[in-house]
Amino acid sequence: MIDLENLTITKARKALDEKVFSAVDLASAYLAEIKKKNGGLNAYLEVYDDVLEQAKRADEMIAKGESYPLLGIPLAVKDVILIEGRKVSAASKILENYTASYDATAIAKLKKQGAVFLGRTNMDEFALGSSTENSAYGVTKNPSDPNRVAGGTSGGSAAAVAALMALGALGSDTGGSVRQPASFCGVVGLKPTYGKVSRYGLIAAASSLDCIGPIAKNTEDAQIIFKAIYGHDALDSTSVADNFYVKSSPKKELVIGVPSDLINQEGIDPSIKENFEKVVKTFESLGYKIKDIKLPNCIALYYIVNFAEVSSNLARFDGVRYGLHKDGKNLLEDYLLTKDAGFGKETKRRILLGTYVLSAGYYDAYYGKAQVARESLRQEFKELFSEVDLILTPTSPVPAWKIGEKSDPLSMYLADIFTITANIVGVPAMSLPSGFMETEGLPAGKAGKKLPLGIQLMSAHGQEDVIFEAGKKFEAIREK
Amino acid sequence: MDIKDVENLASLARIELTEDEKNDLLSDMESILGYIKQIERPAADVDDFEANQNVTNVWREDVLVDENSSQASKFSKELIIGQFPDKQDGFLKVKKIL
Repeated sequence: MIDLENLTITKARKALDEKVFSAVDLASAYLAEIKKKNGGLNAYLEVYDDVLEQAKRADEMIAKGESYPLLGIPLAVKDVILIEGRKVSAASKILENYTASYDATAIAKLKKQGAVFLGRTNMDEFALGSSTENSAYGVTKNPSDPNRVAGGTSGGSAAAVAALMALGALGSDTGGSVRQPASFCGVVGLKPTYGKVSRYGLIAAASSLDCIGPIAKNTEDAQIIFKAIYGHDALDSTSVADNFYVKSSPKKELVIGVPSDLINQEGIDPSIKENFEKVVKTFESLGYKIKDIKLPNCIALYYIVNFAEVSSNLARFDGVRYGLHKDGKNLLEDYLLTKDAGFGKETKRRILLGTYVLSAGYYDAYYGKAQVARESLRQEFKELFSEVDLILTPTSPVPAWKIGEKSDPLSMYLADIFTITANIVGVPAMSLPSGFMETEGLPAGKAGKKLPLGIQLMSAHGQEDVIFEAGKKFEAIREK
Repeated sequence: MDIKDVENLASLARIELTEDEKNDLLSDMESILGYIKQIERPAADVDDFEANQNVTNVWREDVLVDENSSQASKFSKELIIGQFPDKQDGFLKVKKIL
């Protein structure tokens, strides 16, 4: 029996290379967990039928003496990243039977290393949401409490890693979609610097905000996956050259900025605040200097950009070339019927909102203003990161909520307050587990297990390493 | 905003909506637009934002990329054609426009 509970990518690599177990053994162990738990949690939309063959190929590579960090490592992939010949639906009815005709660059890089893909994971339709409740294929449940959401939009990937149904996963992050579900499920999630990981083969939500990022059990594993998938790619015109951002030189004392105004405002759960204060003290004890900073609330700015880009990107799904097709009397009716049947409620809402903010009469009041505000924020951050090395916040103002609790879309948008800033500015940010809170109503037998909480570390463009170092130091001494 | 605005946006976006959907969307959109309206033009002068982007346009020579080079994307033509809702002789078949 492989001890999946305590297994990490680093440990699995060693065991595979030393032939303690084979890639087929490892994949079989994960398939057995998936069989046991996925019916209840709905983390995977599809488990691939060739997992053991992929693992066998990895074993053959290992037998030949090859070794890569992710060779034979079983990973889950969010249902928005293309793998040639496999179904990919963005959790939407409009792409229900769509099969990818090429590999995403991140996937091609993982394939080169011999990683094993277990299946595609659930998400909010087209990555629009914060709880995976907007999936056309049912909500993903939180492994710590199945009455609660796993977060979103990469809820399936986070739940899969947390419930030991994958050793690591890929998600995508447009406004917190890797970090927030990671925090809700008690795992690590990284949104890299914009342009570090190619978006080629990622179904677009909001192109100027989207990033592919890893979800893993600890910082080191997230770093391993990140290193495997990043790099300049000519197929993504917003991909940055590997030497575009200069590495910061090592410093004696690192400064962490804490936006106390933002954290002490109304609407932040008291348990989150309490946990966060402890975390700040922990970082102080690790030798970091804490500095009070000001961060603006950017929810309005974020959602204007998001609506505008989503409505432009989703216009391509019209039933003409691929995906769902509903036949009408003429071409216009084909469009109308296909989009009505294919898109879910939140998707329609954002397409309409985007159409509104981009329309001639309102462009200046919304999108035009948002563009200027975004540039102003970028400059603000540039100055901020000349004073601090990291910014620390809770990942979410509230813990995982109950399924169906947030029925008003605006209240869900407001829960993105801490994560969206990194996407607007393009800096890297990582969520890591910071403890637990007590809740009522946990299922029997789960006594003692509580709801996970997470904190977020942001750094300047291209400075993922500063985050990884702080994350590892924090993990070494945080309360288990 | 009223129901006519929702209908107009839906027709611009080529989405057919039921009466129930229209009413739901109207109330959601009113509260969401009411919130995002608070965005303000920053006081600081950032007019020159093209110059501040710190990024450059990405160009490449207008030449055919060798399909065996690492720059080329390998598409599966059969897969693409296989997913057309309607086809004839390897072409995508659509309804007449005019």
